[in-house]
Amino acid sequence: MTGAPLIEVEDLRIDLDDGERRVAAAEGISFRIDRGETFGLVGESGCGKSITALALIGLLRPPLSIGAGMIRFDGREIQHLSAAAQRDLRGNRIAMIFQEPMTALNPVSPVGRQIAEMFVLHKGNSWREAHQLAVEALASVRVPAPERRVNDYPHQLSGGMRQRVMIAIALACGPDLLIADEPTTALDVTVQAEIIELMRNLCAERGTAILMISHDLGLVANVCRRVAVMYAGRIVEERGSADIFRTPSHPYTQGLVDSLPRLGSRAALGRSRLKEIAGVVPAITNFPDGCRFNPRCAHATDICRSVAPTADLLEAGGLVRCHHHA
Amino acid sequence: MEAVEGRKKVPMLSFLIRRLLQTIPTVLAVVLLVFVLFSVVPGSIVSSMSDDADPQVELRLKKQLGLDDPVHVRFGAYIAKLATGDFGTSFRTREPVTAMLAKRAWPTLQLIFAAMAFSVVLGVPLGFIAALRPGGLVDSAAMIVAVTGLSIAKFWLGLVIMYVFALKLGWLPSFGYGDGGLKYLLLPALTLGVSPMALFARTTRAAVLEIMTADFVRTARSKGMSETRVVKWHVMRNALVIILTTVGLQFGGLMGQAVVVEKLFSWPGIGSLLVDSVLQRDIPAVQGSILVVVLAFLAINLLVDLLYGVIDPRIRYA
Repeated sequence: MTGAPLIEVEDLRIDLDDGERRVAAAEGISFRIDRGETFGLVGESGCGKSITALALIGLLRPPLSIGAGMIRFDGREIQHLSAAAQRDLRGNRIAMIFQEPMTALNPVSPVGRQIAEMFVLHKGNSWREAHQLAVEALASVRVPAPERRVNDYPHQLSGGMRQRVMIAIALACGPDLLIADEPTTALDVTVQAEIIELMRNLCAERGTAILMISHDLGLVANVCRRVAVMYAGRIVEERGSADIFRTPSHPYTQGLVDSLPRLGSRAALGRSRLKEIAGVVPAITNFPDGCRFNPRCAHATDICRSVAPTADLLEAGGLVRCHHHA
Repeated sequence: MEAVEGRKKVPMLSFLIRRLLQTIPTVLAVVLLVFVLFSVVPGSIVSSMSDDADPQVELRLKKQLGLDDPVHVRFGAYIAKLATGDFGTSFRTREPVTAMLAKRAWPTLQLIFAAMAFSVVLGVPLGFIAALRPGGLVDSAAMIVAVTGLSIAKFWLGLVIMYVFALKLGWLPSFGYGDGGLKYLLLPALTLGVSPMALFARTTRAAVLEIMTADFVRTARSKGMSETRVVKWHVMRNALVIILTTVGLQFGGLMGQAVVVEKLFSWPGIGSLLVDSVLQRDIPAVQGSILVVVLAFLAINLLVDLLYGVIDPRIRYA
C-alpha cells in the first residue's frame, strides 16, 4: 500500500439519535482504500456496513449522523464539507449502487433520462448531448439495443437489466470510488455472476475503486482484494481476502467461514452438519461491554467482558480486534 | 419509435370505446333510481302548487302531465324520449329541460372550474412546501389551515365570506350572477374551493412525504442533485399520480357541494335548479339535472383515467 490512499476513514462514529439519547450505531471504523482497489465490507444485517457506506457518500439522514471521526477523500477531509461541495463529489467522484434495482429507479422516468441526468448535473452537457451519452453508457453495460432501450421505463426491464442501468448511472461520470451495497442480493444467481463480472471489468478498465458491501463473505472475497468484517458496529478483522479464508483470526470470522457451505466438502470430511454461530446479534441500544462478540464467543474470558479489544496488527498483514487472537 | 406509438394508440382507443359503452348502464341505473325515488315520495308538482286546490283541477292537471299513468309506463316513455336526446318538458316552467340545462350549465361549470383552479393552485403547492420541511412553521400553519378548511361547514363559511367581503368591506357583490363577470364569481368559488384546497394540501403533503422516503429518491440524492432538483425531477411526477386521483374524485364532490353554494349565493346553475325542482317535484327537471351531473362526473373520471396513462407509464390500457 504505497502512495496516498483514495479514501481514508479514521475512527468514524455514526450516531443514532432517537430523540431521547444518542447511541453509536457504528464506531471506531477505520480503513483505507487505494486507487483502483477492491475492498469488501462484510457483516450481518444491522452490523453498520450500509450506514458506513452512506456516511462515505454523505447520504446519512436523520436520525443518523456522523458523530466523530474523519473521512479523507483524495487528500481532503469531506465529512464537514458544505452541502454543495458534497454534491459535487456525490455521483461525480463517489458513486453508489443500491440493493434493490426494482425500486432504486424512478418508475415514471425513462431509464435513459435517469442516466442522462448525471451528465447534465456533473458534466454540464445539454439534455440532447446527455441523451446520446446515455445511449453509449447503456451500450457500455452491455444492454442490447441501447438506442431503443434508452426510452424504456424501469418496469419494462428485467431485474438484471435494471441493475445494469444502475451501474451505467453510477459509472457515468467516471467516479474514483464505486460503493456497491449488496448489488446482487435481489437478483437470480446466474444474473448475479454476470452483474459482478460486469461491474468488476468496467471498474478495472476505468481504474475505479470498489467498496463492496455484502452479507456474503464468499462473494466479497471473490471480488475484493481486501475484506473487513464488521460485527455490531465495529470492524473486527481486516485481511487480504485469501488470508481471511485460510486463517480467519477473529472468532466471529472463523464462525462465518465455518458456516459457508463448500462444494466437495462431503467427500473430504464426510457427512457433517453445516456450522452456525450460536446466539443473535445484539441490538444497537444494548451492545455488551468489552468485546461485543463475547456473549456468542466460545473463547470469551473475563477480559473480553470488560475491556474492548484494540485493533492489533497481524504478522501476516491485516488487523484484528480480539484479546485472544492467534 | 413509430411502432411504439402505434402500439400505444390502439389499446387506448378500444379502452375509450369500452369505457364509453360502460357508461350506458350507469346512466340507466341512475335514471331508474331517481325515477323510482320520485314515484314513492309523497306529493307531486300538483300538490305542491297549492294546499286547497280544486280536486277536479288537480285531476285534470295530473292527466295533462301524464302523472296518472303507472310508473312503468311513465318510465318507458321517459327513456324513449331520452334516447332521442329529449329530456322532457319542465312541469313548472313548461320549458324543454334541455333548454333549461343549457342555460344553467355554463354558470355551474364556471363555478366548479374556478373553485377547482383556486384549490389546486393553492392547495398543491402548499402541500409540497409543507412536505419539504415536515414539522416546520409552514407545515404546521398549512395543516391548521387544511384541517380548518376541511371541517368548516360550507353554508356557514359562505355566510361569513359574504359578510366580510361584501357587507363589511364592500369589495365584491354579495350574491347573484350579475353580468357573469369575475367579481360575481369570486366569493362563491372561494366558498366552494376551500375544502378541496385543504384536501389537496393534505393529500399532496402525504404523497410527497411518502415518495421522499422511496429508494429512487435516495438514488437521486446519490447522484449529487440538490433537494430542489430531487423534487423537480423525481418526486413531482410521482406525486402527480396521487394528486390527480384526488382531483378527479373531488370534481364529483364539488358538483354535489355546488348545490349548497349555488343556493346560498343565488347562483343560477344546475345545483340551484336541482334544489328548486326537487322542492316542487318537477321530475323532468330533476332527472335532467341529475343526469347532467352524472354524465359530467363520468366524463371527468374517464379523463382522469386517460391522464394516468400519460403520467405513469406503468399503467396500460389493456
